[in-house]
Amino acid sequence: MYHINELLNSDNTLKPSFVAMKESDDYTINIGPQHPATHGVLHLVITLNGETIKKVDPDLGFIHRSIEKMCESLSYRQYIYVTSRMDYLSSHINNHACALLVEKALQVEVPERAQYIRVIMDELTRIASHLLWWGAMAMDMGAFTPYFYAFRERELLTEIMEDTCGARLTMNYMVPGGVMHDPHEKFVYRVSKEFLPLLKSKLHEYEELVTGNIIFQNRVNGVGLLTYEDAISYGCSGPTARASGVRCDIRKLYPYDVYNKVQFEEVIETAGDSMARYMVRMNEIKQSISIIEQLIDNIPEGDFQAKTKAVLKLPKGEFYQRAETARGELGVFVVSEGGTTPYRIKFRSPGFSNLSCLDHITKGSKIGDLVASMGTLDLVIPDIDR
Amino acid sequence: MEIEALKIQLTELLPSVTFEEGGEWLNVHVEPNDWKPFATQLKASAELYFDYLFCLTCVDWKSHLTMVYHLSSTKHRHTIVVKCKLDRTTPVVETVCDIWRTAEFHEREVFEMFGVEFKNHPDLRKLILPADWVGFPLRKDYEDPINMIKL
Repeated sequence: MYHINELLNSDNTLKPSFVAMKESDDYTINIGPQHPATHGVLHLVITLNGETIKKVDPDLGFIHRSIEKMCESLSYRQYIYVTSRMDYLSSHINNHACALLVEKALQVEVPERAQYIRVIMDELTRIASHLLWWGAMAMDMGAFTPYFYAFRERELLTEIMEDTCGARLTMNYMVPGGVMHDPHEKFVYRVSKEFLPLLKSKLHEYEELVTGNIIFQNRVNGVGLLTYEDAISYGCSGPTARASGVRCDIRKLYPYDVYNKVQFEEVIETAGDSMARYMVRMNEIKQSISIIEQLIDNIPEGDFQAKTKAVLKLPKGEFYQRAETARGELGVFVVSEGGTTPYRIKFRSPGFSNLSCLDHITKGSKIGDLVASMGTLDLVIPDIDR
Repeated sequence: MEIEALKIQLTELLPSVTFEEGGEWLNVHVEPNDWKPFATQLKASAELYFDYLFCLTCVDWKSHLTMVYHLSSTKHRHTIVVKCKLDRTTPVVETVCDIWRTAEFHEREVFEMFGVEFKNHPDLRKLILPADWVGFPLRKDYEDPINMIKL
């Protein structure tokens, strides 16, 4: 410690060497890498002025596995399995995008039965992901009960997945040309008679518990404002961009598989704050239920997989395929030299672009609001780091 | 906008562009020095209005590097792929993060993985790798005797 004579001149002014210390009220704190509100190993270096955020600087790479480099030595059948580990909450949709890319490049006709199963699986994954986000986001803001409510319904869903795919999280169910095998014999019954009625009977509980809660509304209304122009400029996609009024649903704009046959609405909010992002995801759950209901009882008979060669070779060229994951647009960019492995592969992950707007939307707000903004961005760290 | 109409518009902006078809979208090749003014016009032009940069990456072709920008317009719904050939020993290109702000993070990723230097980038630091990392991991000749797994 300093003695008072070391700090102050005789006229009670600070000595020159301490002036800089006093004038700079900036205070730097670290959130993470291990922090319950970051849901993974995300490190944020936050510069504060009092309680007001001046800058948020994300420090990434704690779970970087260089999936892009790894895929350069994997075949077009193998590289799908790695992508389950990127955004592990929408692993079906990651697999779907990769399978679609190979099918597009080789012009494989996918049987209708496989297309139906894939879309149902995608939407079940979206519901599971949004449920987990809902519980975890409420927990970030101090409400513990929603977490158990969300996991109560999600548990049945993971059991259904386990029956069919053999895994609860990293499904690896979709392969080039269709799906790996037929769904479990009780799959249709469990989805249409057990899961959907259960979820529909519980949705009003979510609304009562969190959406209409005045404490929650005060935490999120007007917090983390992202305008329409900024959402586009920052490359945001998915619910984050749709909450700012951007029409960016890949299922509507560039439909794949049977998405052009089903009726659903693209959920759009225009407020752009945390509450809008929350409402988009809650309404997307209802749209996903509607999509599944249209398909689940009408799965056509037939093959679940198209016949493809044992060794897949993509023609020389560049291919880009996108799919709408629970977080936004996943883009798979493959540069092929005509061999059995990709020459270069790039995953345009939705989380990476969505994270880049975090500094912008939290600047000037209080540190307590950071968690509300970050929670409604729905970041999954392995998806950002890849 | 149709591909032919896009070609006419883009040639008006920059006469030296070359086109390549065959893929899903129109590929546009530009010189590194022309890229920044060309990019500014792509966003500013009312007919083109490319406001959404949805993918920014780099490809190592062993003899040279190629920057790949996927651009689309949220208003007109057309897409182009802009490619920029860079020298492999001293790859330098102007940043576009003041036009599309998503480029700031993507350029930092390309900087550490490929060693491309982005001129006038506000904060060109390593993003994913540790600050003391040596080498550019996504280049084809990268060797790491400890961490690399050969399959």
